Amino acid sequence: MTVQELLDKTDLTAAALPRGDREITGVYLGDLLSWVMGRAREGDAWVTIMSNRNIAAVATLADTACILLAEGVQPDNGVALLCEEKGINLLLSPHSAYDTALLLRDTL
Amino acid sequence: MADALIFRFDVDGENFTSAGQASVQIKKNLRQLGLPPEIIRRVSIAMYEGEINMVIHAGGGHAEVRVTEDCIEIVLEDHGPGIADIAQAMQAGFSTAPDNIRSLGFGAGMGLPNMKRYTDYMDIQSTVGEGTTVTMRVAIPQ
Repeated sequence: MTVQELLDKTDLTAAALPRGDREITGVYLGDLLSWVMGRAREGDAWVTIMSNRNIAAVATLADTACILLAEGVQPDNGVALLCEEKGINLLLSPHSAYDTALLLRDTL
Repeated sequence: MADALIFRFDVDGENFTSAGQASVQIKKNLRQLGLPPEIIRRVSIAMYEGEINMVIHAGGGHAEVRVTEDCIEIVLEDHGPGIADIAQAMQAGFSTAPDNIRSLGFGAGMGLPNMKRYTDYMDIQSTVGEGTTVTMRVAIPQ
């Protein structure tokens, strides 16, 4: 399923969607950036509550399909624009990380 | 054999929130060279961890990436405080990062272990009070 299709089928919203056609092939949950880089796989939807600029670099280096900010967290100032520029999809979820993961499991 | 292709970067120690620029740039450069995606991923993640370390602990430094036919070598050099006990620093989970860094999602004590995990060779030369030089190599499958 693509990121755009995930948005169409759920109540998730996009803060940046430069590459809605990217295929989501898995899910990773985590907030410690070194863990994410070490464990997330290419094409994962990465669920996190980290909202600072460094998530853009981590998503680029780990090749995740999108970042998904859970718990209603909003990106820090300028982060959505940075993601747009860097070709990173940044999605927002009003649900907890757990419920977001369940939503992904049921939808993907 | 052709000469090595060399990329050099200054890592800004003052600008933590945009750290990682050199690694992201290297990823682009290696893509343009047509290297295998898994090799690019390993090199750029290892370099990012090293870059972050230089920003957190050493006030920045200098990065050089040398690409030859069979190997990518990353040399990260700083003039920070040095590492007193390298074996301890290499332990997963050991960290001396301050709280403000941890609140950004770093400082899990996984940086050096990740660098070792993602490269085929890693060497740390460090002198307390003078600085640290980390050399990493990733072999390019022929």
